[in-house]
Amino acid sequence: MRTTIPVGPYHPLIEEPELFRVVVEGERVVDIDWRTSYMHRGIEKIAESKTYDQVVFLVERICGICSTSHPIAFCNAVEDLVGVEIPERARYIRSIVAELERIHSHLLWLGLAGHYIGYHTVWMWSWKYRELVCDLFEKISGNRQSYAMIKPGGVRQDIKASEYGGIVKAMDELEPKMNMLIGAILDDPVMLARLKGVGKLSREDAVKRCTVGPVARSAGVDIDVRRDYPYAAYDAVEWNVITQTDGDVLAMAVVRLLEILEAVKIVRQCVDGIPEGPILEEIPEVPPGEGIGVEEAPRGECFHYVRSDGTNCPYRLKVRAPTYSNLPSFRSRFIGERVADIMIILASIDPCYCCTNRAVRMEDGKPLRMLDEKNLLDLSWERTKELERSFPQRSRSWLEI
Amino acid sequence: MKSVDPVKSLQERFPDAVADVELRSDSRVYASIVPGKVRDISRFLFTDMEARLIILTGLETRAGMEILYHFSFDQLGKILTLRTVVPMPEPRIDSIATVIDGAEYIEREIADLFGVEFIGHPNPARFILADDWPEGEYPYRKENKGRYPYRTEEEQEEVRKRIRNKGTK
Repeated sequence: MRTTIPVGPYHPLIEEPELFRVVVEGERVVDIDWRTSYMHRGIEKIAESKTYDQVVFLVERICGICSTSHPIAFCNAVEDLVGVEIPERARYIRSIVAELERIHSHLLWLGLAGHYIGYHTVWMWSWKYRELVCDLFEKISGNRQSYAMIKPGGVRQDIKASEYGGIVKAMDELEPKMNMLIGAILDDPVMLARLKGVGKLSREDAVKRCTVGPVARSAGVDIDVRRDYPYAAYDAVEWNVITQTDGDVLAMAVVRLLEILEAVKIVRQCVDGIPEGPILEEIPEVPPGEGIGVEEAPRGECFHYVRSDGTNCPYRLKVRAPTYSNLPSFRSRFIGERVADIMIILASIDPCYCCTNRAVRMEDGKPLRMLDEKNLLDLSWERTKELERSFPQRSRSWLEI
Repeated sequence: MKSVDPVKSLQERFPDAVADVELRSDSRVYASIVPGKVRDISRFLFTDMEARLIILTGLETRAGMEILYHFSFDQLGKILTLRTVVPMPEPRIDSIATVIDGAEYIEREIADLFGVEFIGHPNPARFILADDWPEGEYPYRKENKGRYPYRTEEEQEEVRKRIRNKGTK
């Protein structure tokens, strides 16, 4: 019997309301439809009446988690339009800020993923280590989120030489903890059983749906804006693009976990090699023309297009956030999966997360029972416990800390 | 990886439909195309040249509704932007969602916000606007709180000249 489960669209805790209509037969998902923009803020339209300097603050507020990705993408676009080269020191500072942000964004995701499958230790640990990075941001920029570090032509504030030590110390503290966390997760048989093969995205589907970022990379599509369209200081440091081939939830987790280690590597090298000099190339006026800026946000490629007709405000700003490209991949990933896996598959692309507060289970068009976030979580946790029972020999020591 | 230059192959394949090819920098290429050929060109770029569709941009200017198709050649590090201009006030263009799945939602978004009709779209339902939003009102068009019409080419040239004389940078 076919049953429709609407997931969303309102959620009091998380910022974005979205609606997923999941059609199930028994326990298996057979179709899914997606509806968004319950909170469309018209940022592209607002940008047309703000000056270029103000737009940076506006786009910084598109996303609270990757709050430096949009300003960098926008500034890349403006710099492409004007044809200006930013100072070397500003490049390194941009890289440091962007990579620290990647670390805290991926850790935030890891914590949520742990919560969704009922591994609260993972949740607590990863959010604890994320604090290291947030505190570091507070020292560097004055803010834990929305750092306001980026400006067209360079950066707004410098990182002082006296702050280098703090950054290196935080990285030294973070790296062994990350290795421990990665080892613990990848050695855990229940975790593997719970995540492996779930929500599989094939390489063909990843290409067909034009996915980006960790979602594409986990399915074997070797793309990364940092390497393909070098900006900031990424061409001056050594790092690797992480790819996997399976495209399931586990592969997406592995990509993000290993990217944390790469980010630590990049931050260390940037602090080591940062040159002295000016941090800003002034842009007094923006000529008529058009520019494109791309940036690898933690969730994937962030795209900005700016058209100017010679005034001090953009004539048109187009923003494409990575989740916009990644969400439609649900279409191919949900079919055939269990209802208990909805939460983790939804979470696996790290959407600027949405709304599972209220869901009504309909049977033959009649409401049967309400499924709220708690019910979906219970289903998800129940499945993890079920798997745990089938691995009696497993040591539970690290879970019970 | 394709070793051939995608822009050159595009020009060879569609000599009559591609014009004004402009290499602004190593990684940014712009070209104008005939709106009627957009589906064929998109299929060629996506299937034969293995390009990735980044997004579409809708943009209202004096000439009409500009719809920009941003393609990325990730291995080559080139972003190709195809420019089409369709006449206002009832802009219509072929949908490319039938050849590229990734274009499905952005075409619905542009249809909602700019009132562009995408001919042959597999599911032209509302995506951004609420279901009770009045018909025929397109919030992103310049008539809605637009600050001013797009400056003319001459006015823009004036600005360019002024900036050059001042010696920016």
